[in-house]
Amino acid sequence: MSILINKNTRVLTQGITGATGQFHTKACKEYGTQMVAGVTPGKGGTAYEGIPIFDTVESAVKETGANATVIYVPPPFAADAILEAADANIALIICITEGVPVRDMVKVKRYLAGRSSQLLGPNCPGTITPGECKIGIMPGHIHKQGTIGVVSRSGTLTYEAVDQLTRLGMGQSTCVGIGGDPVHGFEFVDVLKMFNQDAGTQAVVMIGEIGGSAEEEAADWIKANMKKPVVGFIAGQTAPPGKRMGHAGAIISGGKGTAQEKIDAMKQAGIGMASSPAVIGKTMQEALARQ
Amino acid sequence: MNIHEFQAKEILKRFGVAVPRGIVASTAEEAKKAADELSGGVCVVKAQIHAGGRGKGGGVKVVKNSDQAAEAARAMLGKNLVTHQTGPEGRQVRRVLVEQGLNIARELYLAMVLDRAQSRVTVICSSEGGVEIEEVADKHPEKILKETIDPVIGLAPFQCRRLAFALGVPAELTGKMVGVMQGLYRTFDECDASLAEINPLIITGEGQIMALDAKMNFDSNAFFRQKEIVELRDLDEEDPREVEASKYDLSYISLDGNIACMVNGAGLAMATMDIIKLYGGEPANFLDVGGGANKEKVAQAFKILLADARVRGVLINIFGGIMRCDVLAQGVVEAARELKIAVPLVVRMQGTNVEIGRKILAESGLAIIPAETMAEAAEKIVNAVRSKA
Repeated sequence: MSILINKNTRVLTQGITGATGQFHTKACKEYGTQMVAGVTPGKGGTAYEGIPIFDTVESAVKETGANATVIYVPPPFAADAILEAADANIALIICITEGVPVRDMVKVKRYLAGRSSQLLGPNCPGTITPGECKIGIMPGHIHKQGTIGVVSRSGTLTYEAVDQLTRLGMGQSTCVGIGGDPVHGFEFVDVLKMFNQDAGTQAVVMIGEIGGSAEEEAADWIKANMKKPVVGFIAGQTAPPGKRMGHAGAIISGGKGTAQEKIDAMKQAGIGMASSPAVIGKTMQEALARQ
Repeated sequence: MNIHEFQAKEILKRFGVAVPRGIVASTAEEAKKAADELSGGVCVVKAQIHAGGRGKGGGVKVVKNSDQAAEAARAMLGKNLVTHQTGPEGRQVRRVLVEQGLNIARELYLAMVLDRAQSRVTVICSSEGGVEIEEVADKHPEKILKETIDPVIGLAPFQCRRLAFALGVPAELTGKMVGVMQGLYRTFDECDASLAEINPLIITGEGQIMALDAKMNFDSNAFFRQKEIVELRDLDEEDPREVEASKYDLSYISLDGNIACMVNGAGLAMATMDIIKLYGGEPANFLDVGGGANKEKVAQAFKILLADARVRGVLINIFGGIMRCDVLAQGVVEAARELKIAVPLVVRMQGTNVEIGRKILAESGLAIIPAETMAEAAEKIVNAVRSKA
């Protein structure tokens, strides 16, 4: 069992003819993901790696039954790509693109309200259900099938955590990177709800970072609702205020969004906090041993 | 990206928000001339640096005539102004803004910010202008008023009126206040700002509403469509290493410690800083080389790290997913040779082709200290730096 995606997910790539789109579409296909279609306006009728390319998302969905899409188009066009996917009622939209203007995302979120499509990202690594389906840019080989759910705002720090889990023999049900931008689709709480419902997920790793208040909101929700153990880590304990640490969303502003506030909130919610990024896996092992 | 007060006011004027008449001066003589042009009477001389708290730091002076304006400008120009936002070294004042004196009846606060929880822009205002909004939020949270803006509709007049009445703006000025609020929202929206703040927004004795001070930040992701805004960037106000890094698309932030770090990915980079601290060291910087870093980028990153004279050791932590460890190792070896690195260098690599990568490092003949895990890497660099001190 898993959340969001599994071996039956039929995936479309928007921006399939760009270098990034090609590289990752091929890698995902090799992992075993059902890559059923690509979209690049003007390249309809051609193919890449045996995957048919269409001019519009609408026609790609109609012809191939794609029910998830992954977006690699450049930042100026990414918001439009999300709108096109939502217009075609694709259930799951994953936007990998980094650098989408906040103003565009504010409009996108307004458009998505009340629609059936759900958005992951932008500026995220994507999501993977090990052994079944990989959609995004994470290295497939570090993952292992199992029962730990992973949800994170970070990319490579998530790989670090997954790698620790795998080395300690703890496989993953699904790993979800929600991205580091201030305005994005799935929040921690959305993903935690799914993990809570998923029979195949035994415990959850949640990795946050400085900026915003999503971790505090997640902690509140966990305290009230979560039935499974949660282990956490917050990156940026040494970050100074007012400086944007890479991710547009990772900034301590007006004294809010500090690592300490988040860690305190998460501890209070009963989350087992890893004291160092090197012991995320070990902290999970200990949490499971207490079960 | 930040801009100066005088630049923010120029932008506001374009969007119909009234600002005091003012002239920028970079010498005392220019300041005198500016004061004469404005009226010759009371005016205000304001240091232009990218930091708040200028008033308390002595960067804002009210003067009675143009001779005093020249004197005030002379006292500020070329000097370092220290405020609670600049750090102890302060910022050099290169320009002053000379503005007409005004008859201030009330000081309000008005700003546009992104409300992340709602994914909407929010207008924030308060009857308590002229003080920092964080202070108001702390002591009088009830005095902070907000309206969330629908991106399709924009800031609606009824929302502005609701705020204006709640602020106690005189009825005959409500229309003007609606104009100012909508003007500020349009500025925020059309310029891709991430913050647009007027503090204080004043009502004069003559019934004018004006932005007495203005601060704006911009979303760098939107620079591809904001050419005019990008031109307002003042490199003198930024850390030279951060400027250099941005040329190579590297995300670099200078910190106070002596252990430099180079990491791929922002989250892992922050976590690496954290673990250095945990082992008793102090990170010298945040540096994210990005997911798709190549040999050239690694070499550039090295140069930037080592340009910091305080650096006593370097920690490289790369989780190679897309980026192959052998390619990275090659880049590290070449850069280390070229730059003749004289401080301890710990390299921790994990991911694709890690074995080949480690072999390249081991056979390079360079004194590179390898590490398997993040914890081991942090411990090794902290110890290496300590034993050399």
